[in-house]
Amino acid sequence: MAVIDLANPTRFLTLVDRVLPWLAGVTALVFAYGLYRVVGAPDDYQQGATVKIMYLHVPGAWLGMMGWGVMTVAALGTLVWRHPLADVAGKAAAPIGAAFTFICLATGMLWGRPMWGTYWVWDARLTSVLVLFLLYLGMLALYWTADDPNRSTRAAAILALVGAVNIPIIKFSVDWWNTLHQPASVVRMGGAAIDSSILVPLLIMTLAFTLLFFTLHFAAMRNEILRRRVRSMRMMQARESDT
Amino acid sequence: MSLGQHADFIIASYAVTALVVAALIGWIAADYAAQRRVLGDLEQRGVTRRSQRAKGDTP
Repeated sequence: MAVIDLANPTRFLTLVDRVLPWLAGVTALVFAYGLYRVVGAPDDYQQGATVKIMYLHVPGAWLGMMGWGVMTVAALGTLVWRHPLADVAGKAAAPIGAAFTFICLATGMLWGRPMWGTYWVWDARLTSVLVLFLLYLGMLALYWTADDPNRSTRAAAILALVGAVNIPIIKFSVDWWNTLHQPASVVRMGGAAIDSSILVPLLIMTLAFTLLFFTLHFAAMRNEILRRRVRSMRMMQARESDT
Repeated sequence: MSLGQHADFIIASYAVTALVVAALIGWIAADYAAQRRVLGDLEQRGVTRRSQRAKGDTP
């Protein structure tokens, strides 16, 4: 099957039905191994056991941004190539990205209270991630309030492209402004600044969460294709009952 | 494994994450079941999509 064949929703559904159980199985295995490594990982010399929150917070942040990245690529697919699955992919990614951004914010607050002495500060990193979450909510409102998916497609694609400006702001906010949040310690020039005993479990958990994202995204795309089929069949039925 | 004096914050983080992930999985699974059920109902009533009809018309 060529990649271009996947533009056909029926072929895409066949592929998803075949791949999804395997993807879910691999995700569960990587999660089990990741959690096993988290339990065995040492405490941080400064932060103590609260470093265990990092194994949730960092993947949440990564997937919140990656989710918007998926929507940005989907938006290009919608506006430039009018790919039949692009809007489906964008719409399916929105609630999943929002959920991971929420996980990032919630775990960040729960980590901040014992380490910084406060749940929240209006600094550049925290505020830009909150803006990302609000953008997700706007995107969901746009998708879920439109009766006809064709009406929301173009507006959602434009919002995705505009919102993409926020992603580098989130990433570089800790370099551009003075913030309470620590600077980049995994993806940075000169390599990771974390000891391998903590870094390896973090990378395994990040892989597990990324696999979970794609498992859920494929499943949500399948739901969206079925929803659009139901809609077109109902319209067909209504048209026939009118004549 | 000792979670130290801030155990409440660590446990709350894992609980919130587990809850959000479980809700997401549950919602997507329920949505799939709902769409399948409606599609099944429509097909049982003889409603077909245009593409299926075109296939059926082909000799």
